[in-house]
Amino acid sequence: MDIAVIVFLSSGLFLGWSLGANDAANVFGTAVGTRMVKFSTAAFICSGFVILGAVVSGAGAAHTLGKLGAVNAIGGSFVAAFSAALTVYGMTRAGLPVSTSQAIVGAIIGWNLFSGFPTDSASLLKIVGTWVACPLLAGVIGILLFKLTTAVVAWAKLHIYRLDAYTRLGLILAGAFGSYSLGANNIANVMGVFVPANPFSSFSLGDFGNLTAVQQLFLLGAVAIAVGVFTYSKRVMLTVGSGLLPLSPVAAWVVVVAHSVVLFLFSSQGLEHFLASAGLPTIPLVPVSSSQAVVGAVIGIGLLKGGRGIKWGVLVNIASGWVTTPLISCLVCFVALFFFQNVFNQQVYKDASYLVTQVELAEIERRGVATNKLTRLADARFDSVREFRNELQSRMSPTEHEESVILEVARIDPILISNIKLWHLDAEPLSDEQRSAMWKIVGRKFIHRWMVDEALAEASDAWKSLPSTKANKVLNRELRRQREIIYDVFRIEEPRP
Amino acid sequence: MTLVLHFGNNKVSLTAGSRRKGGNRMLTLFSKTKELEAQTEEFCDKVSEGALAFRIGLFSYLDGDRDAFAEKQRHMCEIESRADDLRRQIQRRLYLETLLPESRGDVLELLEYTDEVLNACESAMWQFAIEAPDFSSDVAAEFKKLVETVVETVESLVSALRAFFHGQQSSDHTHKVIFFESEADKINRRVLSMIFDGDGDLSYKNQLRHFVLHIDNIADIAENVADKLAIFALKRAI
Repeated sequence: MDIAVIVFLSSGLFLGWSLGANDAANVFGTAVGTRMVKFSTAAFICSGFVILGAVVSGAGAAHTLGKLGAVNAIGGSFVAAFSAALTVYGMTRAGLPVSTSQAIVGAIIGWNLFSGFPTDSASLLKIVGTWVACPLLAGVIGILLFKLTTAVVAWAKLHIYRLDAYTRLGLILAGAFGSYSLGANNIANVMGVFVPANPFSSFSLGDFGNLTAVQQLFLLGAVAIAVGVFTYSKRVMLTVGSGLLPLSPVAAWVVVVAHSVVLFLFSSQGLEHFLASAGLPTIPLVPVSSSQAVVGAVIGIGLLKGGRGIKWGVLVNIASGWVTTPLISCLVCFVALFFFQNVFNQQVYKDASYLVTQVELAEIERRGVATNKLTRLADARFDSVREFRNELQSRMSPTEHEESVILEVARIDPILISNIKLWHLDAEPLSDEQRSAMWKIVGRKFIHRWMVDEALAEASDAWKSLPSTKANKVLNRELRRQREIIYDVFRIEEPRP
Repeated sequence: MTLVLHFGNNKVSLTAGSRRKGGNRMLTLFSKTKELEAQTEEFCDKVSEGALAFRIGLFSYLDGDRDAFAEKQRHMCEIESRADDLRRQIQRRLYLETLLPESRGDVLELLEYTDEVLNACESAMWQFAIEAPDFSSDVAAEFKKLVETVVETVESLVSALRAFFHGQQSSDHTHKVIFFESEADKINRRVLSMIFDGDGDLSYKNQLRHFVLHIDNIADIAENVADKLAIFALKRAI
């Protein structure tokens, strides 16, 4: 691998390290702080399960972050991750509440503002909504679980020593589950911005399947988290264990489980698939703050006990963190991108080109956006997203939906379905039918992504999107992921004018 | 034993020893817990036995059967020494095996204070053996009531302790401790009045007073332990 790539990835590793140092404390803090579990045991279990969670289930939450803004140059990914890490570090030093998730979202928006790419407000709303929902949900789960646990403990009438032994075992199991959920949910924060500019390629593990490029990236990030856990989390764990509300070990167990369940809910593709297939509303897969989940659960238990001893200031701090953290991170990222591009002369984003001819106008019209104000643009080409968006603004002041349709249809992304690349394409991500459909369009060149989609859909039903229903949501997303693979593999570089 | 599994061209070996080690550790944790439970139970048994030996011993003394008293006193010494041993063993294990990190201090304090109840019983019996006080029959009858009530206090304390250790409501028993202690106080005053209203010189009366107060003090210690226990039980409920 190129040395430059390693240097660029280093900021993600820094972010991973700080996540490991801080957030592992949420999982095992109470257990280690109350001396129920030894630090070495906690660190070992935490590292192992963070890595497992990141590699096995990390993709779900990363997808939403990718939709918010696809940082498409590794220099930009470096700056975004670095800005988020700097914000987390600085705010922690200043004693302000901070969450890695909020910092990285701010940084991505900063990148969008700098590069001129639009921010998907639906994704942003979904993410911000989960920030509010996360502590609330953790609180509710904490209350229910606490009531259930105290009832079971009262019913079981366990000897004080046996209860201690079970609690110890429970804390270890809950910690393992929490670490898995933390890895699955928060790896997107650490490595999500590097996904579109991923320097790895997938490789085979023989009979054990494939390790995809994204999984390798997540593995690297998870190792950084694990290093953070081993090198720096002990101090934080001891602070969390003794500094938080005085909780009995059983209550501490409830807090860890509530936190882990919330993180799991917001990252499990399996659960999403299950809910979708049952026709139920799905839970958005979004990276959420593990610290806020813990605080939510503790406050829930506090409320159950009559609300005495709850530090209401903590709630105000959390709410203020929803605003201040992304703002600071966004600002830091914007300024850092400016310096990185102009002082260090590095590419921080790849600009996009757009073409509007009768073909594109017809497609835009077909997608339900009126093009009468765009007809005079026909045969125009724009080599900057900012320039194209300004042109659109001046001509028709499009709504966000209209703009996103036009940008998607007009974006030039030359793709050539070459014989050799198709021959070497990994077998894993595509079905046999999809692969044979690919052979039907071999040798064809497309100027836009949607043209590839059309050609593939014509070649086989296996490439057709299903009607947009709750039950089809997961299948359609999988289809989009497969199409993304095709774009990435068969993309050809066109010399920029 | 090593089991070799073949998956295609890959070979995976599982060593039974390593698997057993993890399982053993878990088993050891629970078997250690069981042992500790048994030791704590035995400690409670010893306190209860001590109270019974104390009652039988003093009743024998007041009935004039000095041999039976001497026998119960020896028994009491054995019980006290075994309870001390158990307390030390529990203390050592709780610290060495870092068990109950949150409430270890509370549990040890409870055991220490409860042990003091036994110490007080033993020391009272020694005083009877050394000083051999004479009780008139009417004072002896009241004194027996005092001993009976003090023993009830200790018995209720043992029940409260057992409930605490078994995760049950100890308040069902602690209120009995408080009740019996105040009953003991009333009897104490009654016996003292009888002593000082009766014949005999002041030094004799003072000697008897000393015995009455010493016996009543056992109920006071038991009440203190019950108070502590109530607080520890509350702490654990948070």
